[in-house]
Amino acid sequence: MMDAFGNFLKHLAQQPWGLWWIQARRLVRIEVKRNLFSFKAGWVYFLAFIPTVIILIHFVFESHHPSWMSDDTGVLASVVQLYYIRLGVFFGCLGIFSRLIRGEMIERSLHFYLLSPVPRELLLLCKFVAGSFSAVLLFGSATVANFALIYAGFGAAGRDYVFNGPGLGQLEAYLAIIVLACMGYGAVFLLLSMIFRNPMPAALILLGWEAINPVLPSLLQRLSVASYLCHLMPVSVSAQGILALLTVETEPVSAWAATLGLLLLIAAVLSYSCYRIRTLEIRYTTE
Amino acid sequence: MNDQIIFENVSKFYGEVLGVNRISLSIPPGITTLVGPNGSGKTTLMNLMTGLVQPSNGRISVLGFSPVNAPDLFRILGYCAQFDSFPRGITGWDFIFDSLMLHGMSEAQAFEMTAESLDRVQLGDAAGRKIAGYSKGMRQKVRLAQAIAHHPRVLVLDEPLNGLDPMARAESIALFQELGRQGMHLLISSHILDEVDRISDRVVLITGGYLVAEGSIRQVRQEVREKPLQVLIRCDQPALLAAKMFSVNHCVEARLHVDGKGVFLRTGDIDQFYSMLNGIAAEGLVKVESVDPADDDASAIYQYLIGSDGGAS
Repeated sequence: MMDAFGNFLKHLAQQPWGLWWIQARRLVRIEVKRNLFSFKAGWVYFLAFIPTVIILIHFVFESHHPSWMSDDTGVLASVVQLYYIRLGVFFGCLGIFSRLIRGEMIERSLHFYLLSPVPRELLLLCKFVAGSFSAVLLFGSATVANFALIYAGFGAAGRDYVFNGPGLGQLEAYLAIIVLACMGYGAVFLLLSMIFRNPMPAALILLGWEAINPVLPSLLQRLSVASYLCHLMPVSVSAQGILALLTVETEPVSAWAATLGLLLLIAAVLSYSCYRIRTLEIRYTTE
Repeated sequence: MNDQIIFENVSKFYGEVLGVNRISLSIPPGITTLVGPNGSGKTTLMNLMTGLVQPSNGRISVLGFSPVNAPDLFRILGYCAQFDSFPRGITGWDFIFDSLMLHGMSEAQAFEMTAESLDRVQLGDAAGRKIAGYSKGMRQKVRLAQAIAHHPRVLVLDEPLNGLDPMARAESIALFQELGRQGMHLLISSHILDEVDRISDRVVLITGGYLVAEGSIRQVRQEVREKPLQVLIRCDQPALLAAKMFSVNHCVEARLHVDGKGVFLRTGDIDQFYSMLNGIAAEGLVKVESVDPADDDASAIYQYLIGSDGGAS
């Protein structure tokens, strides 16, 4: 047993980690550039920053009384849970991650990567990292901007809430949620885009699954990105009407268990994606 | 290390559609041209060799490397595929520079080799422009530059002369010949049979996914025994020579050249034919000026073995 473990470590040490690091940096750089600075990225910017524009209008044109701060805190939590997690990050990641493999097959340019001396698994993981980085940069920046605009209007009271109260802790939690949401949805959409020629129908089914997930048995709740993220919300969101469906309390799970659970889900999805890309064939005529 | 590209009983099926069937080949260094009609399996063979598709059966080895082992294989192999598409918004320079950086090179080294490969295809001036604005010939050139940029030992070129103007075509052929002389393996698919004749050390003929013939053009021609070889003999008395040669039973056809200064002869046994011709020339009855094979070119063997005029790709 110890011998096998020793051999495994020796095998790991013999891998060309230095070369892989150089290749990974280059791949991530190429992909991030294409994710952020292309015409098609426009609608991801729109999805990320549309709440920011609305909050900016609120900041400029409406008065802010310190007693309304708890209402605005609730609004910010709703924006994160009901908009970003359920819609903004969901469709943003669909746009970014489904382009990484399937988009390149449609454009008939994926073979250039497959003909480079880069292990296919490394290529896939680099595309995932680049997609996650791009999504986190956009949605994370938007979240920070939303947070700043919400509390800036309250002047000294707002600063006190942020720096001496729970404000910064809430911002950290929102950012953690955005990071996990981007990685979780990203991993799923990357895989779906490798399985289906058009991942949109599968994405819509996933959207429906995420919506009804809170009312499913606890075992099935573990197969949802949003349900893990709801457990990390620093401020609980209460909603009525149709929005109530999106805020149903799932079975209580601690924050660390939710994070670990989601990371395991991401690892499982990425492992299967690595298997798929190893056997991927380039037959553009079928696209 | 093995210096051959080896296909061992390789088959590829796309579902129920045959790509190639039971191909066994051993390709030495030099220029080898794949010839066959549309859908014959040329591109499938190239994609199998580069791991873009996996064989249903059989084994492939490229100088000892398996196509499954991409990191090792693509250090020694460059592939200029026929897909006329590129990553969106990229310039010619970035296209090659990025691919070299993925080989793990330093920026300085990648810079130098990018400039070198662009110069080799005479595209240095357009390097900073976006590929989307290139002409078809320029796109073909930049793909070729990318395939040769890392100095591979094996170069696979799928219809590399498509879209090139006559000048660029001549330059490309000169480049292929130079690379072939340097001991590289060049595997080229082409439907321009005149150019196949000019550049190929060997041809591989495939049709319908099956290997029809392989070897040097002359070897392949001689193996087509049901089609007697045709030879053009320039001499002072073509009619007399035709009569003499036609008296032997392996000479099956004689036809005077339109200018009256030569004769086309078809023979089923080329060795006996040359032996007899030497005898006639030695007797001094006929003054022979030149002897040239008239149908041992790619076009003729394509016509004999595949049954078309070679116009297909």
